[in-house]
Parts: sequence; structure tokens; C-alpha cells
Amino acid sequence: MVSPDKSSTDEFIKGLWKENPVFVQVLGMCPVLAVSNTALNALAMGLATAFVLIMSNIVVSSLRSFIPKQVRIATYILIIATFVTVVDYVIQAVSLDLYKALGAFISLIVVNCLILGRAEAFASKNTVARSIMDGLGMGIGFAFALFCLGAVREILGAGSLFDVQLFHDSFQDWVVMILPSGGFFTLAGWLLLFNWLKQRKDKREQMDKSATLTLSKETA
Amino acid sequence: MSRTELASRPAPPSIWHMYRAMVGVGVFCGLLIVTVFQVTRPVIERNKAEALQKAIFHVLPNASTSTTYRLDESGGFKVLEGEGVGEQLVYAGYDDTQELVGLAVEAQGMGYQDVIVLIYGYSFAEQAITGIQVLESKETPGLGDKIETDPDFLQNFERLDVSLRDDLSEIANPIVPVKHGEKTNPWEVDGITGATISSVAIADILNRSAQYWVPRIRNNLSDFQGHFQVGE
Repeated sequence: MVSPDKSSTDEFIKGLWKENPVFVQVLGMCPVLAVSNTALNALAMGLATAFVLIMSNIVVSSLRSFIPKQVRIATYILIIATFVTVVDYVIQAVSLDLYKALGAFISLIVVNCLILGRAEAFASKNTVARSIMDGLGMGIGFAFALFCLGAVREILGAGSLFDVQLFHDSFQDWVVMILPSGGFFTLAGWLLLFNWLKQRKDKREQMDKSATLTLSKETA
Repeated sequence: MSRTELASRPAPPSIWHMYRAMVGVGVFCGLLIVTVFQVTRPVIERNKAEALQKAIFHVLPNASTSTTYRLDESGGFKVLEGEGVGEQLVYAGYDDTQELVGLAVEAQGMGYQDVIVLIYGYSFAEQAITGIQVLESKETPGLGDKIETDPDFLQNFERLDVSLRDDLSEIANPIVPVKHGEKTNPWEVDGITGATISSVAIADILNRSAQYWVPRIRNNLSDFQGHFQVGE
């Protein structure tokens, strides 16, 4: 997927919005649904995934001429698993409370298809600089999407954001939002919004095009 | 597949190239993991020790220092020297005048999702459990995890009776869970509606642990006198 016409900035921006891993590509749903019950958990998980993605992209693209394609998947998984272990130790060293909250999901980053997908589809075919930009864009896009879900679920499910109470005591928490089903509801809501925005944009572009065509016909 | 097609395919890489790639990446990954492990290990151990110390002072609010004891083969308690791996441990809490105020004990058992690990404080003067803190739990967020936050539920453990029979052989009344609002005796645990399994699990964990530890502690109280260590 070498795309010389795209600048490094384009590689960065595509992951944030146009090809957002969660809202557009719908990748890595396991952590998206499981760990997004509070904004802090979601953000921490997003950043941990982003770190693993960027680091594995760097290593995979640096070694792209060294790894024969017959053994690429095994080596990519090994590289990803190594950085996940690194993240696991670092989180334990930074905060045990955070480690307690993210629990088993840290090790599941290994099988997040987003990371292997970017290693296979992008980093193994592009330069280190481009792979870093791709990893940064996709990683931040993933963390942003997780935060969007986590924030909505925490606000409605616990009446707070980052543990700061937002509503009066009389607010009745929507406990369902914190439970797994709430993850599906919130994801569905965000996907609906993103698709609606995309449709609106497409429609507007189409209208602009037809307007230009009519105008050029009239002038002719 | 025709011969021309076969001839046009690129030659597969040699075994050596594949071997070199896998071993090379393996060695690099191994070294990276070992380095990070060595760097973070002291910090992680310090964090765990601090968290445990904080939990001990939470369940024994009157204590200002603590000392770790291990249960020895004779059934008595000895001050722990070394790391205490595989030993049965209790933590004695002392106040400013170096008087023993109580003991903190770790206990665990199966919850709704996974094992719940908690620490509780036992006051021999009150013959009661005086506080608990959940150390590890994966109970359902919003429901089962109320065992850590529900003020009504936590009130059960401000003074949960574990007094012994006159011969000090066992607990007079086992700790039993009851439905929310039906608690009448000081040894009963008032459950949480919507988190029945998790709250019953807490009562069972405490009951099993108290049945084992309280008679042993009570019969060896003198072991805990006279050893002090400044808490952090």
C-alpha cells in the first residue's frame, strides 16, 4: 500500500477521522466494548493500545527487508506481544489502581486486529517515518473513539466524568450503560452519528457537483 | 500450474533467512522484556507494599505502625523475616503508645466473576471485625462492585461480631448473609439487592477466614506483644 501521493500529514489525519479504526473500520471491538465503562479506563486503554501500535509499526517497518514473508505473521505477533508485556509492566509501575481496573484486557491488546492489521497492511510496506505517522494517527483515533464511548457511558451510567460528579444526587444512574449492553448501545449511537455525517457530506458533494454541471451547461 | 507459471514465481527465501529473522526478533524481544522487567520490578514491589500498608491502616484505623507475623508450625506466631513467600501471614497494628490495636488478615474466595481478595481488621478487644477493604475483584461494574462502594453494605463491617465460645475453641456464631434490611444480629451481613452473589461471597469469605484465624489469634495474643516496627 505504498502511496507516494499522500503526505505524512495525510497518513496521520486519515486515522483520526476518515479511516477512524473504531467509527469507520469497526476494528478491535473487544476492548472498545469491555473497557469503555469509564472515561479514565477508556483513555488509558486507548493510550496503551496507541503505544503498542506505534512501537510495533516502528519495529516492523525497520525490519521489513529482514523478515521473509513466510514467517511475517509469527514475527509480528512476537513483536506486538513484547510491547504489550512492556505496557503491562509500565502500567503496574505507574498505578496499581489503573492496573486493577484494566485487568485482563491489557494482555488482550496482543490480539487486537487493528495492530496486526496496520503492521501487515502498512508498516511492512512503508518507511519508518510514514509508519510512525500512521501509528500515531490510528492510535490517537482509537484512543479518541474509546474516550467518546467511555465518557458517554460514565456520564449516563454513573453521573460523573473522570470521577467528578456532574449531576445532583437526585439523578438516577442508568446502570445499563456501564454494563456490556450499554457498550453496544453507545457504540451504535456513535456509529449512527458518524454515518449520518458521512451521508450528509456525500449528499452535499453530489448537490455541488450537479449544480456545477448545470451551471456549466447553461454557460455553454 | 504450468511450468512457465512456476518459473515466473520468485524463489522462496532460504531456510537460513527465515531462521535468522525469527531468532533475531526473538532475541531482541527477549532482551527488551528482561530489561523492562528489571527496571520496573522494584517500583512494582514498592507499589504493592504501599497498597497493602494503606489497606492495613484502612481496616485498623487506630493503628499507626504495623508488623508482619507468620503462623509457624507449632500454631503460634513469629515476626516475619524475609519475603514470606508461601507463608500464612497476619499484620498486627499498634497505636502511638505501641499497644496492640488489632490484626489485619487477608482472605479470598470465589465471587460472581472471579476470585475476590480482601483484607479485614480484627479487634480482639471488641471481639469483632472492624473494617474490610477489597484488594482484588472483577465483580460486575455497577452491580457486583457495590461491595466496595455501597455505604450501607460497608456499615456491616464497622462492628461485625466474631466473638468466641467460652473455651476459645471456635466462633460462637458463624457470619451469615441475610437479605437487605433483615439484619437483626451483630454477626449477620446485610446483603445488597442486585448484588446478591457478590455480597453473599463476602460474608462466606469472612466466615471461612474468621473460623480459621480468630481462635488461633485469640489463643496466641501474647505472641503479638513486644515487637514493633515503624510504619511508613
